[in-house]
Amino acid sequence: MADTKQLYQEVILDHNRKPRNWGVLPDATHRAEGHNPLCGDHLTVTLRLRDAMVDAVNIQGESCAICKASASMMTMAVKGKSRDDAERMVQEFRDFATGQLEPAGPHHLGRLTVFAGVRDLPPRVKCAILPWHTLHAALNDQASTTTEAEADPVHAPMGNA
Amino acid sequence: MNPSPEFKRVPVSGLDVERVRADFPILKLRVNGKPLVYLDNAASSQMPQPVLDRWIRYQTTQHSNIHRAVHYLSETATAEYEGARGKLAAFINAKEEREVIFTSGTTDAINLVAHSYGRTFIGPGDEIVLTTLEHHANIVPWQMVAEEKGARLRVVPVNDRGELIFDEYLNLLGPRTRLVGVGHVSNALGTINPVREMIAAAHERGIPVLVDGAQAAPHMPLDMQALDCDFYAFSGHKMFGPTGIGVLYGKAAWLEKMQPYKGGGDMILSVTFEKTVFNVIPGKFEAGTPPIAAAITLGAAADYIAGIGLERIHAHETDLLDYATDQVNRMPGVRIVGTAEKKAAVLSFVVDGVHPHDVGTLLNEEGVAVRTGHHCAQPVMQRFGIPATSRASFAFYNTHSEVDALVAGIRKVQKVLG
Repeated sequence: MADTKQLYQEVILDHNRKPRNWGVLPDATHRAEGHNPLCGDHLTVTLRLRDAMVDAVNIQGESCAICKASASMMTMAVKGKSRDDAERMVQEFRDFATGQLEPAGPHHLGRLTVFAGVRDLPPRVKCAILPWHTLHAALNDQASTTTEAEADPVHAPMGNA
Repeated sequence: MNPSPEFKRVPVSGLDVERVRADFPILKLRVNGKPLVYLDNAASSQMPQPVLDRWIRYQTTQHSNIHRAVHYLSETATAEYEGARGKLAAFINAKEEREVIFTSGTTDAINLVAHSYGRTFIGPGDEIVLTTLEHHANIVPWQMVAEEKGARLRVVPVNDRGELIFDEYLNLLGPRTRLVGVGHVSNALGTINPVREMIAAAHERGIPVLVDGAQAAPHMPLDMQALDCDFYAFSGHKMFGPTGIGVLYGKAAWLEKMQPYKGGGDMILSVTFEKTVFNVIPGKFEAGTPPIAAAITLGAAADYIAGIGLERIHAHETDLLDYATDQVNRMPGVRIVGTAEKKAAVLSFVVDGVHPHDVGTLLNEEGVAVRTGHHCAQPVMQRFGIPATSRASFAFYNTHSEVDALVAGIRKVQKVLG
């Protein structure tokens, strides 16, 4: 069995190699750019909301493996969810990555707990969170967001951005 | 792939690395079950036992405030503190001890000059010449002065190897140039800049020069009188001393003309509410109780380095860098950024298709500590069109087998993420 403390789990490597839902949705209703100026990672989240449901969500950008895998798994996790459920997952993933929510739960993260390794690597927490932070921005009609300053997802209070 | 035979553990420097390593307790550490391979010396270096002992001896037998009371401990602390100033003056071959100002580090030293020289001698329309290779600490303070005074920054470009283009530098020196600020060694690429020639060219035009020596002080012999720079800044913690202490060397003639940086105790001769008479140098620039223990410990670090010999240190690190460069050059899919002819012990590199943060985390799993990111030198990254690099930086206590561990680690990175 894989060591859950290890960051580069096979499932993460797989999503890094073959990110799912890659590209920009042509008929997106919401869109946001996420940027981590410290490492140059940037990510575009496009999504289509229909009847307050995440009907489709795509990601595209350039980033480290952790960020890309987190983005890819995020799209799979929130697709088909209600907007409120997606926002709850944003909150839960953020709390999980920053060590405020235990992998054992209760939560709705499912396989996303594979990112448990970042909990021991504070500099990498932002890599894993950036996609979720960007999703949150998109859902709240915020065109762009960054991992720094007031917008710092590790510290910023949740709520409408 | 085997290490190239011509590099096999040739003790060119005559430095007994294993003996030296025994002085550094932290190098015995294991990280993630592996022996620590510490290759982040450009960020901060480690302290040897004799230097650590100096701190303890000061605090346990010599500590009080300096320049104050007449009692035994105060006199002892003052003598040791001033003694450390003497050691540092000798370390850089300053003409006079009073030309050595203790600061909290290189950043503080540069800010001192930006404040005390910049705000007096730089005015609207004037120019400050910097280089693309500068650390943010030698950019931002000047940007702040320029903005306040209506001056502007001119920037010396670099070629594809990461070397300053000297002709362009000469072209930038003009009648409005009030200061040249240049790093002795680039922290991001390792380039050793031709500071002596740059200083001579600036002086021909009557322009003073500040050298950011943070990356040079631990690696090569420094001679302020031969260099003839007007200001030279460096940090204690990058030369095997503690954090929170650094040095600004300044020519006495400049320091005497400059306004104080911070107001407070020790920097005054007399105070009334009507008028304050400032102290003479160096006291004028050392307001408040300084980090006495750190300064004295830095003096011990200078002694320690001198005991090994900077010529030997330089030879050992050059050998290490050559070996590492050769090994990394043999790896397909790995590119060294910064290939200047003259380099100090820094190896910046990128691995095709792998983000530097992933490189850093995977190397950490092998116990190998490198720095990843923009190294506080974003203009360098922009020049080379990359967001970040991974950087291995060496000290005299690093070994060929640690280079091998780095290379094996990079190979693992490629296997996992390639």
